[in-house]
Amino acid sequence: MANDHEGTNPRAGTTVEKFRDDNLPGPGTGIVQTDAVENPGFEPFRARVSDLDPAKARANERRVSAFFIVSIIGSVFAIAAYIAFPIVDGDPGTIHLNNLLLGLGIALALLAIGFGAVHWSKSLMDGHDLVEQRHGTRGTEATRAKAVEVFELGNKESGFGRRTLIRRTLIGALVVSPLPAVVLFRDLAPAENPVPLLQQTMWAKGVRLTRDPSGTPIKASDVTIGSAFHVIPEGLNESEHKLEEKAKAAVLLMRLKPQDLHVSAGRETWNYDGIIAYSKICTHVGCPVALYEQQTHHLLCPCHQSQFDITHEAKVIFGPAKRPLPQLPITVDSEGYLVASSDFTEPVGPSFWERKL
Amino acid sequence: MANKPDTTAQKSTVRRDRGRRHPLATVALILVGLVGTGGAYALFTTSATAETSAQAQAQIDEGAKLFAANCATCHGLNLQGTTQAPSLIGVGAASVDFQVGTGRMPLAATGPQAEQKPVQFTDEQVKALAAYVASTGPGPAIPTADQLEGKNTAEGAELFRINCAMCHNVAGAGGALTGGKFAPPLAGVSATHIYEAMITGPQNMPVFNDANISPEDKANIISYLKYLDETPSVGGYGLGNLGPVSEGLFIWIFGLGAIVGITIWLTAKSN
Repeated sequence: MANDHEGTNPRAGTTVEKFRDDNLPGPGTGIVQTDAVENPGFEPFRARVSDLDPAKARANERRVSAFFIVSIIGSVFAIAAYIAFPIVDGDPGTIHLNNLLLGLGIALALLAIGFGAVHWSKSLMDGHDLVEQRHGTRGTEATRAKAVEVFELGNKESGFGRRTLIRRTLIGALVVSPLPAVVLFRDLAPAENPVPLLQQTMWAKGVRLTRDPSGTPIKASDVTIGSAFHVIPEGLNESEHKLEEKAKAAVLLMRLKPQDLHVSAGRETWNYDGIIAYSKICTHVGCPVALYEQQTHHLLCPCHQSQFDITHEAKVIFGPAKRPLPQLPITVDSEGYLVASSDFTEPVGPSFWERKL
Repeated sequence: MANKPDTTAQKSTVRRDRGRRHPLATVALILVGLVGTGGAYALFTTSATAETSAQAQAQIDEGAKLFAANCATCHGLNLQGTTQAPSLIGVGAASVDFQVGTGRMPLAATGPQAEQKPVQFTDEQVKALAAYVASTGPGPAIPTADQLEGKNTAEGAELFRINCAMCHNVAGAGGALTGGKFAPPLAGVSATHIYEAMITGPQNMPVFNDANISPEDKANIISYLKYLDETPSVGGYGLGNLGPVSEGLFIWIFGLGAIVGITIWLTAKSN
């Protein structure tokens, strides 16, 4: 671009280009169709104080070397601090002090080198602006001819073009060689269809509600009004994929006054005397929702502030979640322990492609 | 009662004469025994309980006066509660000791939740109020010192992460709730108050009764919190241990600010 304008442009910095009306359409259409950014060229060279005054230049020289000396001090300080404030076994506070001083020293050492170098180049090195031209990527004709010659010689010496058996088997080998990777990486995908896994949890008819993490069963009488229990299904601690199962089956158990609950048709038997159980997995992106406020009966998700109203069957009252938290139907068994009446009636957690809305 | 040791003495053991010694010796022995047992019994038992119950009654009376003067406006003269405040019947001494002992009550102004402020009463007055409220209905008592000694800090930490950390933050630094409410930071909170909060569920905190978290596990949780208090951070400055909020704010203001500053300096021409 700079070359294109040479000759037509005035010299950079001398004057504003004269307005030419070449780009103007016919009279009466007042729109100027020029949107090209003119190359403003370089600003005029302005001598710096260090160019004009040798005393200032020396001052800047001292300043740059002061930066470098500070860097040396930083390095020495880091070494000294590392030795003077060692990490003492069994005293974590010493790790803090040791790391802090070491970090400060090394940061000082490196930053001061950088600041010194920048200050050096800005105040003392040559201050003229210049343009470095970019070269074309195409080589010279001689280089290109030489390259063709090398290729032809290689072909001739190896017999790549002539010995077709070698060539074809080599190509075949190259094509087949990525296949093990395909097989390996394919195995990173779920080994079985994930949809049933997402749709079911460990909860089933008669599975007792137990405390997290001990796995002891909970009696209905244990859950007083205002209580919140963190619940896992019975047998989770012994299950093969404990964390995977827990990630789906985690439940929050609460007890409200029965008259505070607004129970919709079909869910009358899902709570037991005001004791309700909801999935702890947020329907937005699956964070554990367990910030229960026992007076407002709101459940808050700490990740994206979705709020669920427990008195209205975990209806979403704020935030990005789209669906209420799934409710776990519960009842008591003959011994008074809380048990699930069934699995969740809908998949827990966030949406997935195959989920029926 | 304390002034009548002989009436009590008569109730004590009657010694039988075994006929092996001088009758006077027996009489003397009986006398010594009666006076000794009666005196000791009166000294150690009767007078003590009488004094304690008298003291307890005085404490309750004192609490009743304090309650009528400071709390009854909202909670009602008979603790029945009003439209302004809940009933206090059956909340127990632990609840009063927590709410008043941390300065949350008496409430300075209505708001999303009662804020912690300087405690308005002396320890004796708080205990008197607690005793008065506890006398009106059964409720959780103030935990004794031996209930606060946790043995298994690691288990306490696990229970804290499961039951408490979602609101109070895994480092006990507290966190935001809905509508201006918040879970307060737990650093420096006394073991008694932590225990009382768990068992009574103040304000929007759920109740963690003894069937949910056993008293031993509550003590373990407390010992974990005390461990957090006492163990210095090995990392750099925690910025309140609030996680992404304070760290993000810091890096956006100071980190980006430094980058902008350095960029301007790099590209500015030297004088």
